[in-house]
Amino acid sequence: MNDRPAVSIQGVSKHFKAGVTALSGIDLDVRPQELISLIGPSGCGKSTLLRIIGDLIDPSEGVVEVNGKPASQARRDHDYGIVFQEAVLYDWRTVSKNIALPLELLRWSREKRTQRVNEMLRLVELEGFEDRRPWELSGGMQQRVAIARALSFDPSLLLMDEPFGALDEMTRERLNMELLRIWEASGSTIVFVTHSIAEAVFLSTRVVVMSPRPGQIADLVDVDLPYPRTAETREEPRFFELVTGVRERLAGRGAQVEPELLEDAT
Amino acid sequence: MASIAVDRTTTPRIGAIHGLRRVGLVVAGIAVFWALWEGYRWFGETVGITWPFTVDATNMPHIHDMLHALTEPLQPGGPPLIQLEWHWALFTAKEAFLGFVIGGLVGFGLAVLLAHSVLLRRGLLPYIVVSQTVPILAVAPMVVVGLGTKGVTPWVSVSVIAAYLTFFPVAMNTLRGLLSPKPRDLELMRSYAADRRSMLWKLRMPASLPFVFSALKISATASVIGAIIGETPASIQDGLGGAIVNFNQYYSTGPERLWATNIICAALGFAFFGAVVLVEHFVLRRAPEHVV
Repeated sequence: MNDRPAVSIQGVSKHFKAGVTALSGIDLDVRPQELISLIGPSGCGKSTLLRIIGDLIDPSEGVVEVNGKPASQARRDHDYGIVFQEAVLYDWRTVSKNIALPLELLRWSREKRTQRVNEMLRLVELEGFEDRRPWELSGGMQQRVAIARALSFDPSLLLMDEPFGALDEMTRERLNMELLRIWEASGSTIVFVTHSIAEAVFLSTRVVVMSPRPGQIADLVDVDLPYPRTAETREEPRFFELVTGVRERLAGRGAQVEPELLEDAT
Repeated sequence: MASIAVDRTTTPRIGAIHGLRRVGLVVAGIAVFWALWEGYRWFGETVGITWPFTVDATNMPHIHDMLHALTEPLQPGGPPLIQLEWHWALFTAKEAFLGFVIGGLVGFGLAVLLAHSVLLRRGLLPYIVVSQTVPILAVAPMVVVGLGTKGVTPWVSVSVIAAYLTFFPVAMNTLRGLLSPKPRDLELMRSYAADRRSMLWKLRMPASLPFVFSALKISATASVIGAIIGETPASIQDGLGGAIVNFNQYYSTGPERLWATNIICAALGFAFFGAVVLVEHFVLRRAPEHVV
């Protein structure tokens, strides 16, 4: 394992028009193969930060490097896959074709595409659904297709923007377990945006607690729960301690859920 | 993961029942129209309605008389009218189809062009709109004469007139469809560093297809109307437009024939519309596979 961070964020700020400051002075290094969560109330800029890492929007100040390269170069090199809160599957494509979309753009041969799509279907346990249309799937299944698509071209980094936020609690917990399994199998680095404290603690190696207006890093919490984490993990005293810890840190900065000023979350 | 439910939207069986019900509705619609026509006529003749027009056999022939006219020969010893109508309809259909294809391609191409440049959109769109405010009756003779001097066969000129009516809805709707992908759809493509070409082929075009088809449905009937109208200044006698001009002159002695021709025109327009619906059903179900 090398020492170079998977994602390096230095002095990043983001100002929107109308004088709103979404992010202010963010410094953060994400270690390779880490699963790091960004958590905070609405309007704290966590989705904005994720988009800056993905070079989907530009920071007003500061530098972001992914795998030692500028974020824009990393995007062009297909260094990351992204999963949004909505699955964003294309209706006119079957499940298989949706997963194959980035592979087509990368001009993989048909045989290679078919082979990889089958591997991904196995990984997210959607064998038998390859010819279904997105609208025929439940929300949880759609999100699994989106994850398969994001991982299909084997990016070293996975960006996830509240991927399970629109799902019910039971599906969400199941997909949390699955995500851990996929993360361990793929060996990728994951930056995970969520507003669920339990989800952040359960999944992550570290939790980045953010405070709003302007969006800043309030605290970094190391999650020392051992992997593999299971359903029992959620019942351990240490899990509750960590959840409480994160909650207090969120509250400590007077973070209350307020109406969103910035349309960056959903 | 078997516990996660899968919703199936339709099954073939339900589709078949649905189809039967639709056919039934169409038949019922025709029956209602027939009853209204004959009912109004009977009522109008009985009480002597003169407004907005006098109800009599000339202004409102019986529907069964119109249908009967189709079975009678035009001249003694000639073939029944329906046989002539069939040939006229085929001729007009040929013109309309070519016009539909030209208009569709021009409209789609124009939309792709406009979708790529705000500048073009601002500069070109007003002229495209203006083109549609010019009456087709004014444009048609110019097209026929103009293309005629260049040695273009008259029926092809008629197709150009039909295309003139067809391209506009296709261009407008396709443009809207090409611009329909949501910010997230575009962000996804951006995350893959997709170029403009891939963006067009993998996202904008497939997303535009439902819009394209609703435009093609409008254009299907418009192309038939364009062909019929276009035949008039071109003095084409082989199509439905020519027949309408002809029967118009003999309206007072045989109104059923004009009405019968109107029915054929409507049937032709409907056939064009139906063909588009059929293709749509086929294409949009099995969405386009843009395999590299």
